[in-house]
Amino acid sequence: MTTKITRRQFAAGTAASAALLAGSAPFNIVRAQPKALKIGSIHPRSGYQAQLGLACQRGIDIAPRVLKQLGMNAEVEIMSADTESNVDIARSRAEKLINDGAQVLIGAFDSGQSAAIAQVAEQKGVPYIVNVAAAPQITEQGYKFVFRNFPTAPMLVGDGLNLMKGVFEKSGITPKTAVFMHCNDTFGQSMAGAIKAMAPRFNLPFQIVETISYDPQAKDLSVEVAKAKATGAEMVMPVTRLNDAILIVREMIKQRWEPKIIMSPGAPGFYEGQFYKTLGKFSNGMITNVPWYNPRSSITQKLLDEFTKAYKNEMFELNVGFSFEAVMVAVDAFNRAKTANGKELADAIRQTKIENHVMAGGTLEFDAKGQNVNIRSVTLQNLDQRPKVVLPLEIAEDNLALPLQSWSKR
Amino acid sequence: MPIELVFTVAVQGILTGLVYGLMALGLSVIFGVVRVVNFAHGEMMTIASYAAIVAFGAWNIDPLVAMVPIAVILFAVGYMLQAVLINPFINRPEHSQFILLAAVAIIMVNGLLMIFGPDARNVLVDYALDSIEIGPLLVDKVRVITAALALLIAAGLFAFFKLTRTGRAIRACADNYLGALVVGLNVKKLYALTFGIGSACVGAAGAMMTLLIDTTPNLGPAFTLQAFVIVIIGGLGSMPGALLGGVLIGLSEAMSGLFFAPSAKTMFGVGILILVLLFRPQGLLGRKI
Repeated sequence: MTTKITRRQFAAGTAASAALLAGSAPFNIVRAQPKALKIGSIHPRSGYQAQLGLACQRGIDIAPRVLKQLGMNAEVEIMSADTESNVDIARSRAEKLINDGAQVLIGAFDSGQSAAIAQVAEQKGVPYIVNVAAAPQITEQGYKFVFRNFPTAPMLVGDGLNLMKGVFEKSGITPKTAVFMHCNDTFGQSMAGAIKAMAPRFNLPFQIVETISYDPQAKDLSVEVAKAKATGAEMVMPVTRLNDAILIVREMIKQRWEPKIIMSPGAPGFYEGQFYKTLGKFSNGMITNVPWYNPRSSITQKLLDEFTKAYKNEMFELNVGFSFEAVMVAVDAFNRAKTANGKELADAIRQTKIENHVMAGGTLEFDAKGQNVNIRSVTLQNLDQRPKVVLPLEIAEDNLALPLQSWSKR
Repeated sequence: MPIELVFTVAVQGILTGLVYGLMALGLSVIFGVVRVVNFAHGEMMTIASYAAIVAFGAWNIDPLVAMVPIAVILFAVGYMLQAVLINPFINRPEHSQFILLAAVAIIMVNGLLMIFGPDARNVLVDYALDSIEIGPLLVDKVRVITAALALLIAAGLFAFFKLTRTGRAIRACADNYLGALVVGLNVKKLYALTFGIGSACVGAAGAMMTLLIDTTPNLGPAFTLQAFVIVIIGGLGSMPGALLGGVLIGLSEAMSGLFFAPSAKTMFGVGILILVLLFRPQGLLGRKI
């Protein structure tokens, strides 16, 4: 007897088989052990923040190699995206990275861009580790998938103001007046808000006689510097990005303004490679109170060796360190969770406890809000055209040199 | 507020404004004659800046010297651009011209990004950080030099258009396209020449700019926008208007930064633009259409 299969029966059978396969496929995917963690690295690699975004990217790119040397199973695939220094593009690139398969996001140097990426990550249920960005609201929204291994603006300012007192004590120079200059982007505004709120509590010995805000993309800051100079302040407290830091110092030289101290309470600019390349001998003397790598840590030394081999002409600084640590956190959590599932990976990140790491401070761990509260700032001073730790004394690389040397005598 | 501070800032604003004016002059010349709005204006200026940076880096040539060959090269680029690419679009709708030049601008920005990367570059000549004392005023030496050169170039351009046969022929094309054709002028060649002259202005301004600001490939769109604001304030097609617009923008930015919030500087420039559009749409020195 022969069984005849009709066209309709064949079509129905095919459809049933397809449905069975489609139905079972997701279970297969869930059961499969992912071999490599797909990390979406999202930074401003063009536009006015490009240099800093590229510094972060270097820290990410070098991380898998160094982690392997440290004995961590680091099967990692890095997927990179450029935010073009733009908040809206940051949001759309984060969505694209996730759609392309990124299982964890790391970025984005800028607070505004990081806040936009955090919304996307939370919505899609993909863990997001903020490597550099200080606006406090990023970890104040009750997000479950957002973690930050970088101090908030109040943490930066708190440490920065405390360290200022140390600088005055050590140098014997205490200014009576200061002018506060800050860029008006999300980071600059957060820092300004934190300083306004916290300065009275720190009983600082100087009075802030003028606050000047400006566009960080400005091509000329001569008016701002002239206005600051007119106050006759003994200290300049700048919260800058890179380009504006260069512009401010250039204008100070042109306008022959020589305050006793130029000290940032915790902002980029003065310790960036481009700052030294552009200003040469005029880059010396500026002080920044900022989270920094611990030069005594064994991991720092390993990372520094690899970094120097890979990027001979680039500077090893905090953006590299924090970006490396973000990958370290992701890989550590992936190894413990043994899955790239968003929720389980986020839970594992929440349990992070890394004692030996790169940046100065205590154990690398996150509080209930996803914030690492153990990071500590150091006092850096530009000496011999590179940043050197001058405080705290236990990890100091050189002695503090104040007052600022005259521009004309350099 | 100390009066010398106000004067110092005002002088700085006027000097910066003159360089802005030179930058916008090229755009105004091209529009005044060819009636094509060059949306790649800022990008061409950025190319000139990079040429000056390369000349300084490779052969230690001061941008103020390199400015001459760069202007000549930009003249040739502008001439070819008009002759080969834009002339076929002259009688097409304005949106076609806009898309064409916007595409050229994007290619230029991305080309610069590929060649030079996104890092800011600058030229640090010996006198870059010098200042000149004039009584109680302290004025940036580089700004004084660049503003003086901007005035010199503008004066040369005015003289060319007023006194030479070619300049008069170009003005004839601008005044009456059909009439110029009837009297036998080679209009397309004169258009290419005009685009070349406008580009040469941009080349000179771009080389000078390297002494004032750091250059990145993404500066182009910002320069284009600023040049537009200046020429609209001064009057599209008016050469003195471009210089006046530049000085007004430079001065308004400086004074608003001093008396109000520095972060509101751009807002005041755009505020002037809105006022001009409301009360004198043809621009301060522009002709009523």
